[in-house]
Amino acid sequence: MAMIKVASWGRLVNAEHDLVALSGRDNTPALLARTRPAIAIGNGRSYGDQCLNPNGTLWDARFLDRFVSFDAATGRLVCEPGVLLRDIHHLVVKQGWQLPVTPGTQLITVGGAIANDVHGKNHHVEGTFGEHVLAITLVRTDGQVLALSRTWEPGLFTATIGGMGLTGVITLVELQLKPLTTAYLETEQVPFTDLETFFSMADASEADWEHTVAWIDCSTRYRGRGIFQRARAAADGDLAMPASQQRRVPLVPPLSCINRMTLGPLCSGYYALQAKKQGTRRQHFADFLYPLDNILDWNRLYGPKGFYQYQCVVPREGGESTVQDMLQTLARHQAGSFLSVLKTFAEREAAGMLSFPAAGVTLAMDFPNRGKRTLALLDALDTIVGRVGGRLYAAKDARMSADFFRAGYLQVDAFLEYRDPGISSAMSRRLFGH
Amino acid sequence: MSARKLVIIGATSLIAEHCARLWMQESTPDQLVLIARDPDKLAAMVADLAVRSPGTEIATRSMDFLDAKAIADCAEDICREQVPDTVLIAHGYMPDQQASQDDTTVARTVLEVNAVSPVLFAEAFARHMIPAGGSIGVIGSVAGDRGRQSNYVYGAAKGLVARYVEGMQHRLAGTALKVSIIKPGPTKTPMTVALHDKGLKLAPVKSVARDIVTGMARGRHMIYTPGKWFLIMLIIRHLPRFVFNRMKI
Repeated sequence: MAMIKVASWGRLVNAEHDLVALSGRDNTPALLARTRPAIAIGNGRSYGDQCLNPNGTLWDARFLDRFVSFDAATGRLVCEPGVLLRDIHHLVVKQGWQLPVTPGTQLITVGGAIANDVHGKNHHVEGTFGEHVLAITLVRTDGQVLALSRTWEPGLFTATIGGMGLTGVITLVELQLKPLTTAYLETEQVPFTDLETFFSMADASEADWEHTVAWIDCSTRYRGRGIFQRARAAADGDLAMPASQQRRVPLVPPLSCINRMTLGPLCSGYYALQAKKQGTRRQHFADFLYPLDNILDWNRLYGPKGFYQYQCVVPREGGESTVQDMLQTLARHQAGSFLSVLKTFAEREAAGMLSFPAAGVTLAMDFPNRGKRTLALLDALDTIVGRVGGRLYAAKDARMSADFFRAGYLQVDAFLEYRDPGISSAMSRRLFGH
Repeated sequence: MSARKLVIIGATSLIAEHCARLWMQESTPDQLVLIARDPDKLAAMVADLAVRSPGTEIATRSMDFLDAKAIADCAEDICREQVPDTVLIAHGYMPDQQASQDDTTVARTVLEVNAVSPVLFAEAFARHMIPAGGSIGVIGSVAGDRGRQSNYVYGAAKGLVARYVEGMQHRLAGTALKVSIIKPGPTKTPMTVALHDKGLKLAPVKSVARDIVTGMARGRHMIYTPGKWFLIMLIIRHLPRFVFNRMKI
């Protein structure tokens, strides 16, 4: 079989894989049994090595992308795991339905959304993607085909949600969608100059605003300032999806466009631009929630060495000083992050054993890969996160240690009971040893 | 394009399926007829298309793609109730070139399925569609543009189809019936996903389907998809023999 190079979104590693396409639900069990061990890949938007198996086999689930049924009266959708969230919206929005939870991009598969139990800007209202999954059909590499839900095989069900694809390969999903009366949001942008203001705005917004998030300036000069954004359904508006105005980053520049020289001006420029736009306006939900989807291959801007994403969640108590510590660590390491996101999470029962969100505040940052220096920075951030009992998001992670993962996720042992022995990825070898 | 009745021949082809998806979602036709050798393989596709356009009546048919009389009868039967406005002829069979060289029965099947059969379907439907007009798309291939040692039996068949469509277009000039020859380059399918083709990336099937649907709606005579193949094949077609003969393509 010819080997082909596959990289994930962080583009840190571009290794050869034996790519095997899953072409139909019916022949998947035999195919898995014949080609294991391997890991399934969706649209490759995980930043680290969750969907990689260098020099091994990769199950490409993108051809399992059919709809099976949609009940426009109840909002129940059954589909294959390779369907993109965007394709679901193109089908259901005009019929008055939407996905209750989506992350910052629509360009991920349903399978990937479940494997990472993704969250969005409306976590305090709708929780995570897994909370709206009604049933999963899971194929194990020993040939078993299992129907899972909260009542059928609940242990395997909650292990599969957020389970990094390690419990089996999903071939069918049933989702509960949410009614939609308008595709438009009333959005508001408020600049802030210190973290205390961010926290008070986040608290004040919870009751009346479905979506809340902040961009925070992580360049070295102005720490703690940012732009707070909140949104809720507009009073009116139609149910059309916008025409896409996609541009593509056509090539990988020889070095990262986001580097020590450009970061300061980029952050200051972005802050100034957004501060000018402060106030309320009306936006299509796709423009507000998925701002980068119109710039295809934006990850190429980080250059040939790729970039690390670091997303942590820390307790709300002392959250302000924890975030300050992290920003100061960035300064000490002379590093900064451009696409930095700060958001509060609500207290909710986790949908999966290894689900990431926890009550508190989450900070996500990106760092161009500068080798050992970046790794040292991330280790230093780990120390702060670990000290307060926080944890990192596996969907973004490419380097955390097995011990650090275990310290943050208390259900690891329970999860491992449900692992499929015929499934292994670079991440599973890093975090679980095999 | 607001098509009211669509017919897709060779509906198990991945390109055909993605064209069907676009037509269902964007023009919600009243009727869709899917013709395949083995309609059981169509079940999952039919369910998906029904979700995308719940109001469309979807019918499937099976038949022998090499039986000239059956092809004519099938077209007459489908057109009797209502003449379609859009027909896509998408079936094909591409075994290894070596198999055609080693076994004349394989070579014959390649020629019949890829050349004779599409031509017969096009003729059979065109005769019913001329009065009201519409659009017939025939899927050829860039392989038909010049015979190459790595794929010339299949390429010859696709070349025949291109020449046939050219003649049809001459005959139908000035009528409301448009015939398009579609020439896809290598496309990403479950079979091809792990192959490189000398650095030329495989095209995603969604964008190939988009080019076909848009091109047919505009009545384009020839649709290379992705568009860059027009330039690539222009060059390849004009390479002098002494250069071409040295190339291992």
